[in-house]
Amino acid sequence: MTDIVDKVPTPSVPPEQIKAIPVRHYGRWVAGAVVIAILVLIGIAFSNADINYGIIPDYITDGTILSGAWHTLYISVLAMVLGLVLGVILAVMRMSSNPVTSTVAWFYVWFFRGTPVLVQLLIWYNIALVFPVLNLGFYKDEMNQVMTPFLAALLGLGLNEAAYMSEIVRAGIQSVDEGQTEASHALGMTQGKTLRRVILPQAMRVIVPPTGNEYINMLKTSSLAYVVQFNELIKRAQDISSTSLAVVEMYFVASIWYLMLTSVFSIGQYYLERRYARGSSRSLPPTPLQRLRKNLRQFGSFRRPEVAR
Amino acid sequence: MSGISKDVAQPASGRPMVRAEGVHKSFGTAHILKGIDLEVNPREVFCLIGPSGSGKSTFLRCINHLEKISAGRLWVDGSLVGYRQSGDKLYELKEKEVATQRRDIGMVFQRFNLFPHMTALENVMEAPVQVKGESKAVARERAGRLLSRVGLGDRTGHYPAQLSGGQQQRVAIARALAMEPKLMLFDEPTSALDPELVGEVLDVMRSLAEDGMTMIVVTHEMGFAREVGDSLVFMDDGVVVEAGHPREVLTNPQHDRTKSFLSKVL
Repeated sequence: MTDIVDKVPTPSVPPEQIKAIPVRHYGRWVAGAVVIAILVLIGIAFSNADINYGIIPDYITDGTILSGAWHTLYISVLAMVLGLVLGVILAVMRMSSNPVTSTVAWFYVWFFRGTPVLVQLLIWYNIALVFPVLNLGFYKDEMNQVMTPFLAALLGLGLNEAAYMSEIVRAGIQSVDEGQTEASHALGMTQGKTLRRVILPQAMRVIVPPTGNEYINMLKTSSLAYVVQFNELIKRAQDISSTSLAVVEMYFVASIWYLMLTSVFSIGQYYLERRYARGSSRSLPPTPLQRLRKNLRQFGSFRRPEVAR
Repeated sequence: MSGISKDVAQPASGRPMVRAEGVHKSFGTAHILKGIDLEVNPREVFCLIGPSGSGKSTFLRCINHLEKISAGRLWVDGSLVGYRQSGDKLYELKEKEVATQRRDIGMVFQRFNLFPHMTALENVMEAPVQVKGESKAVARERAGRLLSRVGLGDRTGHYPAQLSGGQQQRVAIARALAMEPKLMLFDEPTSALDPELVGEVLDVMRSLAEDGMTMIVVTHEMGFAREVGDSLVFMDDGVVVEAGHPREVLTNPQHDRTKSFLSKVL
């Protein structure tokens, strides 16, 4: 037979595809129907409620609410940065061979993790009861002047977050192979250099996912800052509802904003995780954007020959 | 005498590169090293063999102070490792001083321990830039040269996960050489490799020996010890059982313990 030679010029005939009747998943249809039924019932219940949905879209972009969303965004970012920096310091202190620093770090985490953040916020706001005057030597002022709602919110949220972050960072550092420290030391690197150049970059892979989680948590926990008169979303929503009497409607408006903010940061987290996965796997899977671009390119190359003809 | 490469620092002549006197090491109640006395001369390839748990890796790790010795004295190039002696008092060195001592001692690990978040080139550049404060341009140039020397000139941009075990170990050797050490420690450098990758690593070590590098090699590669080694020590249960020229010890062992070990591995 000259089969092999013949095959090249003639267009290859695709083999007959298997046509089998797929396994029927009746359970999926039942489950889907049940879910839809429940959603419809909930939808009916909410639409019959005494809630004025009509005003919600108007208030989403209301100036007061926008300013509240901005305050929520920046206080949560600043508090998270404070928590992250302090958390790394606490984690390193906790693992130090110096018994004083490790005990201090232990007590810090024990206290700030063990008391409600609401109480911590209120204590910072009323710190003038303990220290009526702030005297830093070069700077002296009434504590009540210094402890603004912003500062109380920042300290209350940030110092609380540091306790949680230190545990996350500690877990990350401990996840890095001991051999990495040995190799760095054998090259003559000091403890500090080893930590900064070798250990922390690798620990980030373990630290980033729970930190993203912590940040999304922080976006919502920052709503507690309303107790120290900080003008974040919930405070602003309450300000409006106290005059318009649309109480629940304003909470809906605030919740929509929280959902939007957390969604945006979930996307950011995805890209951050990819960055710190460098070197840990041979090749990274494409991002949704890269996949989209690739598909578009394929679509384009599929069409182009037709145009050329 | 073969030509000395630029990468191999000239050892101070006269005194031994490494001298151990009654070195003991205990981990809690486990007595690992029970009095090690030996000398390694400059430009010598010194092989340590013995069954696992005999203390040979522990001794190697004592030489660059990754482990603290419990008793005895250990000198590298004339200076005490990890301590400073003043009169008859011994002072522990500060962390920075220990780090300075380690600059001149390269170490290659069984598990490579490359930095996985850096490319091969960045791995080799890291210590000269971070420890010696060398400019990146100079470090990059030397790193490229060293990687070519170990046969990886075309792999500089690869991350460790993209390299085979033998390639990773050769990068690790280049990384250690980048600090221009006067002594190289090899801790079972081929034990974690597939058999067909062992040769490429041994070839690099052989060329390093030809260039006059002082090397202490903990190994199970008896062929390498016989061909390249200048001295060989057989350790068992924390003591040196037998020492001598590799060919003599390997072909004509005197002690029963050495005989029974060699009969199993050769």
